Amino acid sequence: MVAQNATLRSKEELMEKMSKPEVITGSEMLLRSLVLEGVDCVFGYPGGAVLFIYDAMHGFSDFHHLLTRHEQGAIHAADGYARASGKVGVCIATSGPGATNLVTGIATAYMDSVPLVVITGNVATNFIGTDAFQEADITGITMPITKHSYLVRSVEDLPRIIHEAFHIAGTGRKGPVLIDIPKDVSSHKALFKPVNEVSIRGYNPTVTAKKPQVDKMLKAIEEAERPVILAGGGVVYSGGHEELFEFVTKAGIPITTTLLGLGAFPSGHDLWVGMPGMHGTYTANKAIQGADLLINIGARFDDRVTMKLDGFAPKAKIVHIDIDPAEIGKNVPTAIPIVGDIKTVLQQANKAVKFAAKADVWRAQVAEWKQEKPLSYVDSNVELKPQWVIEMIHETTKGEAIVTTDVGQHQMWAAQYYRFNQPRSWITSGGLGTMGFGFPSAIGAQMAHPDRLVVSINGDGGMQMCAQELAVCAINNIPVKVAIINNQVLGMVRQWQEIIHNNRFSHIDLAGSPDFVKLSEAYGVKAFRAANKEEARDAWIAAMNHPGPAVVEFVVRRDENVYPMVTAGSTIDEMLMGDAE
Amino acid sequence: MKKHTIAVLVNDQPGVLQRVSGLFGRRGFNIESITVGTSEEAGLSRMVIVTSGDDRLLEQVTKQLYKLIDVIKVIDLSARPMVGRELALIKVNAEPAARPEILGVVETFRAAVVDIGTNTLMVQVVGDTEKIDAMVELMQPYGIRELSRTGVTAMIRGNAG
Repeated sequence: MVAQNATLRSKEELMEKMSKPEVITGSEMLLRSLVLEGVDCVFGYPGGAVLFIYDAMHGFSDFHHLLTRHEQGAIHAADGYARASGKVGVCIATSGPGATNLVTGIATAYMDSVPLVVITGNVATNFIGTDAFQEADITGITMPITKHSYLVRSVEDLPRIIHEAFHIAGTGRKGPVLIDIPKDVSSHKALFKPVNEVSIRGYNPTVTAKKPQVDKMLKAIEEAERPVILAGGGVVYSGGHEELFEFVTKAGIPITTTLLGLGAFPSGHDLWVGMPGMHGTYTANKAIQGADLLINIGARFDDRVTMKLDGFAPKAKIVHIDIDPAEIGKNVPTAIPIVGDIKTVLQQANKAVKFAAKADVWRAQVAEWKQEKPLSYVDSNVELKPQWVIEMIHETTKGEAIVTTDVGQHQMWAAQYYRFNQPRSWITSGGLGTMGFGFPSAIGAQMAHPDRLVVSINGDGGMQMCAQELAVCAINNIPVKVAIINNQVLGMVRQWQEIIHNNRFSHIDLAGSPDFVKLSEAYGVKAFRAANKEEARDAWIAAMNHPGPAVVEFVVRRDENVYPMVTAGSTIDEMLMGDAE
Repeated sequence: MKKHTIAVLVNDQPGVLQRVSGLFGRRGFNIESITVGTSEEAGLSRMVIVTSGDDRLLEQVTKQLYKLIDVIKVIDLSARPMVGRELALIKVNAEPAARPEILGVVETFRAAVVDIGTNTLMVQVVGDTEKIDAMVELMQPYGIRELSRTGVTAMIRGNAG
């Protein structure tokens, strides 16, 4: 794909060149430090306060820099890169509006525990606090949505701060770390010596769990008659999916994976019961409500999973494994708390876990629910159904694509009807529910995996929130395949207005949207439109076969709803099942 | 609703007070008082925070505080025998005729008069919150012109820590 890829130097050459102690500017220190942290791709947008940084980047070819068309595109791309690669994503923006344009992306990454190092420029230190041109207190603004942040006051501090930032972002419960660099700090010179050690007194995440707690969980499994495992994004982030598979299959316990946990466990497995919660499967929700033991592995009991907290898993003894102690007991009282890294804890558990022998009747019951009430929809040969489009994409990609989505109905259908069998193949904004995330995050995912097929599924609403990044795909030949599920309406809002607000449809009509084919072509991106099954399949296959980026607009039925659905105030087994009931 | 006094040892970094107080506001935890000053170790500050809520809230407050990178240690002082003190300055109306009476209260409370104006006295009182409350109540009838309280600072007694 990207032509620049081949020009990168070998790692050894780079390390030798970059590690040399030398008197250089703060900007050069930044670039060297990024290379030494293993960064190969940075997403950014220059401006006045980062002029020195971009000047140092002139002719610099030791990592890729992608110029996006909006800072929001840059940070979502860095986020997609991080989620797809497991590495720390990096983006750069200038001070003031550049920095504030990152806020949505920082909050998105914070809510979903995505490791990012966010670099912003700021006005020179002697201007800070004077309301100078393009000044914003970005460390203050982002304090509630960053894991940690730095305002660099002296160029001598820069190498240490960058090293600490990568360490903090990528360890423990991962998250975004912001480094705000005043303009004079990026222009001043000092002796650069690489920092290889990190010592932060107040920061020491617990990795290995206390053995007695793990033993309590193992005993609870032996005693349980109706055990269920709830696995979340923490499994993916810790790289513990193989350990999870061993744990689940050894114990023989039905497993449900949250929105961010999709791909942590193979969807085709007999013990997998789908996603839980608001748009979860009948089986997952019934199983949680009937369970006498619920083992939460790296999920945070989000309200979209629990719905009405009072009635959530009412009969279950709760085990909660999480690297962040503050998640345990935050929403749901926990009988057996286990603090530690998911991969490590599961390795500990796998040494002694036994088959849940008392749960035979329960396993049969769960299998029966799965058989009786699978996900389903009423198909049509007249109108294109969005669920069918997702199934077709799954089938034609053989389930092997990296899929990113935006937020809304198409996101839930993708979660339901695309079947994930590998971690880091599913990239979606869970916690914050950020529209505009889907398409730029695919650019980041493709940069992380140049050789894999990356599919971005979007609605017609969200696509218009970052459509300008089509230029980035075109100019860099980033071969993302974009599906726009166009129902000409803000679908999820329409669904809520129908069900909760008695068909009072208020300001949801997206009439006046651009012709997506022409829009894509205007950016130099190949595009197709499809309004029936035959066109849809043909267009999609043509897009996949096209060597560069391509967009397919699927014109689908407007009034389709996502089912099952649990409405606010209900417990998760009070599901509306829709037409297919 | 139980009152909890917690000490938070933090890196003496710019913005750390904002991080801690912001966390309380954001998470819906109430701060009744907060004091900050240096600690026994250079580079570390000690914050003493008084908050109210059940034990579950205290547990969550503690865990959330530990998530802040600049927080080194969180100690629940009120779980053990503790000395808690605050200081108040009270500027009270004190016409010459009323002064002996006021001085009587000051003496009983082991407070001190730290400034005398033509028709005011400034009283300094140190003690636990209840003592300060009582002193303020007794000064009310004379007419309090200005009142400034520091909030609680506290420590665990003897070797109990």
